[in-house]
Amino acid sequence: MFFYEFLLDPFLSFEFMRRSLIACLALSLGCGPVGTLLVLRRMSLIGDALSHAVLPGAAIGFMIAGLSLVSMSIGGFIAGILVALLSGFISRLTQQREDASFAAFYLISLAIGVLIISMYGSNVDIMHVLFGTILAIDNESLFLVVSITTLTLLTFAIVGRGLVVESFDPGFLKVVNGPGAILHLIFLTLVVLNLVAGFQALGTLMAVGLMMLPAVAARFWVQNLLKLSILSIFFAFISGYSGLLISFHSNLPSGPTIILVAGFIYLFSVFFGFKDSLITKIISRPHLEN
Amino acid sequence: MDVVFSLNDLTLGYESHPAVHHITGNFLLGSLTAIVGPNGAGKSTLLKGLMGLIKPLDGQINYHKVLPTEIAYLPQQADIDRSFPISVMETVLIGHWKKIGLFRAVTNEMKREAEIALEAVGLTGFENRVIESLSAGQFQRVLFARMLLQNAHIILLDEPFTAIDSKTTTDLLKVVFRWHTEKRTVIAVLHDMDQVKNNFPETLLISREPIAWGPTNEVLVDKNILKARQMVETWDEHAKICNRDVT
Repeated sequence: MFFYEFLLDPFLSFEFMRRSLIACLALSLGCGPVGTLLVLRRMSLIGDALSHAVLPGAAIGFMIAGLSLVSMSIGGFIAGILVALLSGFISRLTQQREDASFAAFYLISLAIGVLIISMYGSNVDIMHVLFGTILAIDNESLFLVVSITTLTLLTFAIVGRGLVVESFDPGFLKVVNGPGAILHLIFLTLVVLNLVAGFQALGTLMAVGLMMLPAVAARFWVQNLLKLSILSIFFAFISGYSGLLISFHSNLPSGPTIILVAGFIYLFSVFFGFKDSLITKIISRPHLEN
Repeated sequence: MDVVFSLNDLTLGYESHPAVHHITGNFLLGSLTAIVGPNGAGKSTLLKGLMGLIKPLDGQINYHKVLPTEIAYLPQQADIDRSFPISVMETVLIGHWKKIGLFRAVTNEMKREAEIALEAVGLTGFENRVIESLSAGQFQRVLFARMLLQNAHIILLDEPFTAIDSKTTTDLLKVVFRWHTEKRTVIAVLHDMDQVKNNFPETLLISREPIAWGPTNEVLVDKNILKARQMVETWDEHAKICNRDVT
């Protein structure tokens, strides 16, 4: 039975595959809504900048505790939050645009990270940091990922409306004395947290992929915020599930495989999505009366 | 008459260069005032100053029984992302922010109020449209509906009818009159002199400094308008410190 052997058996037979699948599901649930808001705020590349910014923290965590995903995550979180806070403050206090401050701080952070790794790390471990170890996720790491997802979803449930208004019309929030700055920081914290969760599984280089690619792809299908988030979650989980299977059967590294599946979904959406895709430009539909 | 804002030798600007300086006078409760003047006269800067978005370089604004955050403000170019996937109804409901804040629920009563506001600006039936699909005029109607929900006693409008067709302008002016009859204070930056003469009882004419302030038919006379045109100076990097004595 191809269906059973190829699609289900790896997860039924191997505990590490089950763990990986749960990690992917948790990651998808958190990254979907966060990525959707990032895309809508035109901050797609800021996710990328932050994913690089976590490197020195992860490296310091590695120096202190060795290849412990939890300590590397805590270090990465601190570094990412520092970069996010500094960039956020600078761009709120000055006329500088946020992307410029982010570029400045993440480059500084990345340079420090590379320096630390070149001084203390060994090659094999660096590969783990950069490309992730989803197939070697232990209970502690899984617990951390799931906790981050829970926190993310709870935060959205509580201040979701504020996050949306802050993204959509920050000027209005300012004149009604809304908590714009706090919401902004909460959102950046969520981005960093989910990147840290992602790098457990996918590595610092790939973590942002599961956040951005499904969210950008979803824009080609639906037009409503809730639907965008749900579709992003769905795309992310499909990428995780398929990526795990392909990497299991073909003996490929799981992180890049998962992201490549997400990339394939994105490209498919660009061509065949319902909204604004290339095919809607080619096929002309009759226009309506009004 | 009660005063809402009193300006006392107010100077507003950026990096010590005044955009508009030495304004003294009062905006009265329930007044309907147009602010006119050439481009670069400091009109938008004055509104931002009233909103507390920029701090005076000199002088003061005194608020009487009102806080800057209780004022509704329509900026010239709102930093609204028009491609954001949000519906007309949702956009208007944001006007309830003071009541709902971060945590409280939107009640059916609030939705009903939003529907009434949409009706007042002529957008019944547009509730579920995404804002991306609206024209500039329709979107301006949405922003007016949102201001209706804010229920503010003071409303500042920065060029609300620029790039808006005459039908939409007429409809939105009706909303402005309604605010006026409800004794709300409305201050609008405008360019169309005829529109001001026909609709706005009070006018403040500025051109980097006040030219005239009072009843529109006394302010908008040829002498003042000519003066305003001549007053717009160029930005001078090496401008001297202003030592004007205001009496």
